[in-house]
Amino acid sequence: MALNRKLAIIDLSTGKIEVKSIPIEIRKKFLGGRGLDAYLLYNHTKQGCDPLGPDNTVMVSGGVLCATLASATSRCHVMAKSPLGMLGSCNMGGFFTPELAWAGFHHLVIKGKAEKPVYLWVHNGKIEIRDAKNIWGKTVTDAQWAIRDELGDEDVKSLVIGPAGENLVRYANVMTGIKNSGGRTGMGAVMGSKNLKAVAARGTMDIKIAHPKEALEYNKRFIEQITSAKVNQTQGTLGTPFIWGATNSWGGVRTRNFQYNQMLYCDEVEPESIDDNCTETIGPYHMTGCFGCQVHCRAKYKIPTGPYAGKYDEGPEYTSQGAFSSEPDIPSLENLLVANHLVDQWGVDNLEIGSLISWAMELYELGILTNKETDGLELRFGSSEALLEMIERICFRKGWLGNVLAEGGIIASEKIGKNSFDYLIQVKGMSNLHSDERATPALALNIATSSRGSDHLRSRPAIDLYHLPQEVMRRIYSSPVPYDGPLSSEHTEYIGKPWQVFWHENCYMGVDSMGICKYHTTFLGATLPNFEDWSRVLYYNTGLELTPREIWDAAVRSNMMERLFNLREGLTRYDLKKGDMLNHRYFDEPARRGALDVVGRVIDREKFEKMIDELYEYKGLDKNGVPKPETLKKLGLEKEPSHLL
Amino acid sequence: MEPMGKVLSITPEKCTGCRLCELVCSVFHDGVSNAARSRIKVMKWETEGLYIPMSCQQCQDAPCMTVCPVKAISRDETLSRVMVDHNICIGCRSCVAVCPFGAMNFSVIDRKNFKCDLCDGDPQCVRFCDMKAVDYVEADRVSIAKKRAAAEKITIAQRQAIALESESH
Repeated sequence: MALNRKLAIIDLSTGKIEVKSIPIEIRKKFLGGRGLDAYLLYNHTKQGCDPLGPDNTVMVSGGVLCATLASATSRCHVMAKSPLGMLGSCNMGGFFTPELAWAGFHHLVIKGKAEKPVYLWVHNGKIEIRDAKNIWGKTVTDAQWAIRDELGDEDVKSLVIGPAGENLVRYANVMTGIKNSGGRTGMGAVMGSKNLKAVAARGTMDIKIAHPKEALEYNKRFIEQITSAKVNQTQGTLGTPFIWGATNSWGGVRTRNFQYNQMLYCDEVEPESIDDNCTETIGPYHMTGCFGCQVHCRAKYKIPTGPYAGKYDEGPEYTSQGAFSSEPDIPSLENLLVANHLVDQWGVDNLEIGSLISWAMELYELGILTNKETDGLELRFGSSEALLEMIERICFRKGWLGNVLAEGGIIASEKIGKNSFDYLIQVKGMSNLHSDERATPALALNIATSSRGSDHLRSRPAIDLYHLPQEVMRRIYSSPVPYDGPLSSEHTEYIGKPWQVFWHENCYMGVDSMGICKYHTTFLGATLPNFEDWSRVLYYNTGLELTPREIWDAAVRSNMMERLFNLREGLTRYDLKKGDMLNHRYFDEPARRGALDVVGRVIDREKFEKMIDELYEYKGLDKNGVPKPETLKKLGLEKEPSHLL
Repeated sequence: MEPMGKVLSITPEKCTGCRLCELVCSVFHDGVSNAARSRIKVMKWETEGLYIPMSCQQCQDAPCMTVCPVKAISRDETLSRVMVDHNICIGCRSCVAVCPFGAMNFSVIDRKNFKCDLCDGDPQCVRFCDMKAVDYVEADRVSIAKKRAAAEKITIAQRQAIALESESH
C-alpha cells in the first residue's frame, strides 16, 4: 500500500510517544492535512480549553499527496485552538513536509507542555524530544541553522517559532526556510506555550508511488496546464505583488486602516520597482519556489539601502504590501522590505501585525490612544519609524501598547476601551487582509464566514473579479456536483455568490487536505486543475480510488468538522466577536476612492443577510448557523467526537 | 554511426531550487519518492538565494573508472555516459571517495553505489525542469551561451571605449 505514513501522538508533559497507522477509512473520510487535522482537533481538545495552556493540542501535518508527484504538494498544515479565540489553522509551503514524510510521518499530534524549552527530532520512523536550550531565543533562520549544527546534518528541515512565538504574541507564526510562514491565528504562540521551539525532520524512507509511470506522465501534463496559465507566468515573474497594481487601481486596497480603499503615490512599492531597486543584488532570475513547484512565485531580494542594507530575504508578498504600505499608508520601498524582513525573522503574522498597528494609528489620530499609551511614540499614519518601532514592541512585548496589541484585536480593544472596537476590522478575532470588500459581495461573504476568521484563503472566489463568461463559470461551478442556480459575472452583484463561496470553500478544503498549493487550483486561474484532475493524481500516486464527487464530499465533511469546533467554542451567527459577521463600517461607510462602479459602495445589509441564509442552506445549517441533524447524519458526523484516532 | 555527444548542461542561476529534478529522478529509477535516491541533488546556500544542481559529468577520463579495483565501471560510448555494472561491483565505495563532484552516491537503503545514467537518453530532470536550469545538449553547444554573453560584454566595453575617446577629443 502506497499510503504507509504514520501518525504520532506526542505528550510533552509525560514524554510519551505513541505511533499509529492512519486507517484507510479515515483517509477516505478526511483525506489528510487540514481535513484530518480538523477531525483530530475536535477529538483531542475539550470545549473552552485555554489555547495557551497544556490542554490545547497542536497538529502538524502534510497532505495525503505530500511528497508525491502530484506537483506543489509540500503544503504543511498546523492546527490548534487559536489564541485569538476560535479555530486556529495555518498553512505554509517550503520543504518541511516532504522531509517529514521521508522521515516516516504524515501527522503529528502534540499535547501537554514541556517543563523547559524542547524541540522534536523526527528521523526515519523515530521521534525524540530534545533539549532546546541552545536554540531558544534565536530568530527564525538562526534557529534552523542552529538545529542543523546541533544534529550535524545540513539536510534537516525544521518548523520553528521565532521570538514572537516564544513571547506568546497571539498571532505568532510557525515558520520554515527563509520566509515560508504558517501565518494567521497564532499557531506559533501555541507552540511557544508548550515550550516547543521546533519540529526538525530528516528522512531517507521511501514513499511508494502506486503507479509511477502514470504519475510521471500526469505530472508532466499538470506542469503544462499550470505554466500555460498567464496568471502563473506573471506570478512566476513578479510574485504575488503582481495583483497589487490592478487591485489598488480599482479600489480594493484598505488604506489608513479602513478610511480609504486605495493607496495614492505608491509606485515605489510596485513589484517592478522592487525588481529595479534590487537588480544588483538578485540578478535577472530572482524567483524561487517550494518543493516540486513550477510556479516559483517567491521573489528573492537583498535590502538595497538603509541600516538593514545587504540583508537577504524573500517576498515581500502582496500581503506585506498591504500590511506595511497601504494600511499604515507608507509609500516607501525600504520600509516595506525592512518590515517584511523583521516579521520573517521574529516570526509574526504580517497581516495581523500590520492591520493592528494601522488600527492603533487610527485610534491615535482620533485621540482614543494618546502619548501616554504609546510611551511618547507619534503613532501617525505615514510614519515608517512608528511602524517599525511598533513591530519590535509587539514581538518583544515592550511598553504598554506593544504588550496590549500582542494580545490580538479583541483583547486589545477591551483594554484600550472607549469605542476602539468599532474601528477594528476583524472577524472571529482575526484581522482582515488589507483587501476592501465593499464592492465585492462575494468576497465579503467569504471573509465573514471563513472558519478561521477574516481570511482570504478559505473560500475566496477570487476569479469572480475576472468577469468570466457565463459558460466558463457554469463549467467550473456545476462540477463535481450539479448546480443550475443563477451565476453572475458581475463582481458587484449578490446573485449566485453564495454558491461560489460554498464551491471554493470545498475546493480549498480539498487541496488543503491533499497538501496542494492554491495556485494550482481555480483560486486565481479558471483553467487550472480541478476535482477531476485530483481524482486521477490521487489514484496514480497513492492508489486511493476516489471520484471527484467523493473528494468534494470529504471536503464538505471536513468543513463541517471545523464548523462543529467553532460552534463548540461559542460561534453564534450575529456575534461580532465570534460570529459570521462583519464590522459595521462595511455597511455604513461608503468606499471613497477607486473605479466608478466602486466609489460610494457599501455592503447592503439585507442582501448580505440573504447571502448568508443561502450559504447556510448549501452547508446544511439552520438559520442560526447550526447544522441540522440530517446534515450531520448524511456526512457521518452525528457521533463526533468519535475518538477513532 | 551518428555521434551521440549530448551532455547535461546546468545553468545554476536559472534554478529556482524546487528540487522537482530530485523527485522525478527517484520515481523514474526506483518507483518511489525519496530524495535520498536521487542521482541529482540541488545544493543550496539559502541565505544567499543560491541553488546549484549537481550531477554526474560523465567524465571522459573518469576517476571513478580509473580507481575501481574490479573494473565494474565503464564508458558507454553510444550515450556518452559512465555506467556501473552491479554484477561486478563489490561495494567498496572507492568511486564515491574519488569523484571530484560528489556525483557518485552510495545508497544507505540498497547498500549500493548509484549514479546518473542519463535515463537512457531522455533525462527526466531535464524533461521536468521548466526553467531549463538543467538541459541536455550537444557537448559543443554548452559553451555557446557563455561565448555570446562574453562577446556582448566585449562589444559594450568597445562602445564605451569609443564613446570615451570621442569625448576626450
